[in-house]
Amino acid sequence: MQYVEGEKEEILSCVEEVLSNSAKDRENLIPILQKVQARLGYLPTLAMEKIASGLNVPAADIFGLATFYNQFRLNPPGKHEVKVCMGTACYMVGGDIALESFERRMGIKEGETSEDRLYGLERVACVGCCTMAPVVVINEEVEGKVTPTRVDGIMLEFEDMEKKEAADKQQGEEGGSQ
Amino acid sequence: MSDQGPQKLYQALKEKAVSLTGEKKEKTRVMIGTATCGVAAGALKIKDYFENEIKSKGLEAEVVEVGCIGHCYAEPMAVIDKPGFPPICYGYLDDGLVHRLVEDFLAGDDPSYEYALAALERNDVFPTFEDFPRGVYEHKLILKNCGYIDFRDINSYLAEDGYAGLARALTGKPGELLEEIKAANLRGRGGAGFPAGLKWEASLKSGVEEKYVICNADEGDPGAFMDRSILESDPHLVIEGMILCAYAIGAGKGYLYIRAEYPRAVGHVREAIDQAREKGLLGESILGTDFSFDLEIFQGSGAFVCGEATALVNSMEGNMGLPLSRPPRLAAKGFRGKPTVLNNVKTFAYVPLIVKNGVDWFKEIGTPDNPGTAVFSLVGKINNTGLVEVPMGTTLRQLIYDVGDGLPKDKPFKAVQIGGPSGGCLPESELDVPIDFDSLHEAGAIMGSGGLVVMDENDCMVSVARYFLEFTQHESCGKCTFCRLGTKHMLDILTGITEGRGDSNTLDLLEELAEDVRDGSLCNLGKTAPNPILTTLKYFRDEYKAHIEEGRCPALVCRDLILYYIEPPRCSKLCNVCVGSCPTEAIFTREDGLKEIDQEKCVKCDNCLKACPAEYDAVVKLSPPVLPPEKEKKAK
Repeated sequence: MQYVEGEKEEILSCVEEVLSNSAKDRENLIPILQKVQARLGYLPTLAMEKIASGLNVPAADIFGLATFYNQFRLNPPGKHEVKVCMGTACYMVGGDIALESFERRMGIKEGETSEDRLYGLERVACVGCCTMAPVVVINEEVEGKVTPTRVDGIMLEFEDMEKKEAADKQQGEEGGSQ
Repeated sequence: MSDQGPQKLYQALKEKAVSLTGEKKEKTRVMIGTATCGVAAGALKIKDYFENEIKSKGLEAEVVEVGCIGHCYAEPMAVIDKPGFPPICYGYLDDGLVHRLVEDFLAGDDPSYEYALAALERNDVFPTFEDFPRGVYEHKLILKNCGYIDFRDINSYLAEDGYAGLARALTGKPGELLEEIKAANLRGRGGAGFPAGLKWEASLKSGVEEKYVICNADEGDPGAFMDRSILESDPHLVIEGMILCAYAIGAGKGYLYIRAEYPRAVGHVREAIDQAREKGLLGESILGTDFSFDLEIFQGSGAFVCGEATALVNSMEGNMGLPLSRPPRLAAKGFRGKPTVLNNVKTFAYVPLIVKNGVDWFKEIGTPDNPGTAVFSLVGKINNTGLVEVPMGTTLRQLIYDVGDGLPKDKPFKAVQIGGPSGGCLPESELDVPIDFDSLHEAGAIMGSGGLVVMDENDCMVSVARYFLEFTQHESCGKCTFCRLGTKHMLDILTGITEGRGDSNTLDLLEELAEDVRDGSLCNLGKTAPNPILTTLKYFRDEYKAHIEEGRCPALVCRDLILYYIEPPRCSKLCNVCVGSCPTEAIFTREDGLKEIDQEKCVKCDNCLKACPAEYDAVVKLSPPVLPPEKEKKAK
């Protein structure tokens, strides 16, 4: 995925800061990756390369870790990030149907972010709220008992939010130019 | 002698804690369950409602956050403890109910019993949880404090005799403590049931000075959440257990390996560690003795295989979580090459209780070979979902029908899945199996993490097996060929069956492959990955055959083998609900006014079936996917 304007600089300064605050040994590698991802939202290739040279570890090792562990993601999160739970309880009451509905509505597959970075879709193993299955996590908030119809509702809410934001922005610009 | 030192210091801490919490108890308190499940149900909003209502009425009442009480079906919940009344628990809260409780109970003196679930202490006016069928079987040891104490405040734990076990153990020799744990026959709650005392002793036998204690809180089983709940609701219990273990084996440093997906658990434990340090219960010279031990949190990055001990240690050293062949066991050569004792959250949680109450007390609960209790998360098609703790030896039938109150709408029971992806599916005929490590293993399942998913006739066993294989295949670390390739092939075969592909040899091939993967893998992920297949093949072979031979999914789940159909005689011409619900515009109105589904466009999303009003109930699923001939029309 393409870096957006100013993103490279942000990545470099973030990695530098995290590295300067951590002991540079191998045991610290995963905590460092976690810190960088917490700040940037994902692990860009550039960040992994910088961490590799900073810690004197082969870049392949870092890429190995980043792909081995489920927590790390290699593409940027969407502005609206949806995680669909695929725990046993959720799967049995139609978690896959909810996931498919999101894929259809967002036009992306699970694990992807839309080209404009507006939507991101992930599947997670279990968020531990099995009693409310099927569960989705929308921008870090857990919502239970999600039917395909509710998926449409969630998407409409996103679209409304975007429309409102665009209108506010336009209004702000008009106000500024006058 | 310094023998009396720890006890004296501890008594001082406890007395202070008792007086502090006692003061709090004189005021009205509203305790809200804000573990992850509660928050998901909206507990934080409920907390705001209470705070606003109390403020606007100018009342004096404290709102505190507590952990999970285990009755998840009734979330969000709160306990109101008002002087002069027993503490009473309310469930299914919303803004209206909060308003009413504040007005009638907090401001007035009417506890609104009609909305109460149960009282938490014995009294003459309202039943307690123990008076319900569930309470007869439940025996809470490690879940006892969950949802009752303020997890943010160490005094709350101290006042309930917390750290008393530590104070007692520190007055004796480490060897005495070890003997107690061995005598108690505490078996590891991570799933396999290896005696904790033997593990601890093995680390001592290594003769190496530097040792580590690690708590495995990398709870990755989909469907299990008790470790999270204990860490969130009663973190000090686990911390005390780890300190005790460290004292017994002479370790100076310990780690809690907690999944990064559990941010609340990480936060609560971090706070608890700081408070324990402040009180001198952790860190340098604990309770004035010359024993020092400190704890740190390591956040696991989400890899199921890291629940395996050697893989977990590998990942703590900054590598991919690949398991190693044993021996050497971790107790001989573990983290940083030093002897390491690694136990599950629940195992450590039992230790302070055994030390405090004695070995005999512990052995009286459960069965002789499996003393103590078992914690299960009940989910799926069961009325009372939530966390339960029952003595070992309770049967599955009691657990499902008495504790869990049976299946919704009294549907017939079909299977119960125990132990997550490493466990198996047991049918009705196995329901009288007592729950303990050995009996479950014999039946083909395992105790595992304690996830228990109940299924009814609407759940397809092939699909369930496929689901677990998809999980293990994704989580296989790739080290062993059988696990890496075998799980992939088994998944392909199962996927084929759910799509109606397969011949008379398919099931034999699947069975053979499953046995090979079991025998040819190094760690338990691979060894147990075939369990869901082997048990479903054993108990539900007919269902596999229906898929292969008839192209039919008896539970109407496998989407390639079903179609959605609107029954013309039941469809109302006046209703348009299904048309609106369809995301792909596959439903249209025919010339005669009835609705019909264009099978080419249908994505089988289940929307129309849910949308069709109950009085018509015209949308049905058919398997095998063949449209019935329309008799009515042709007759005319």
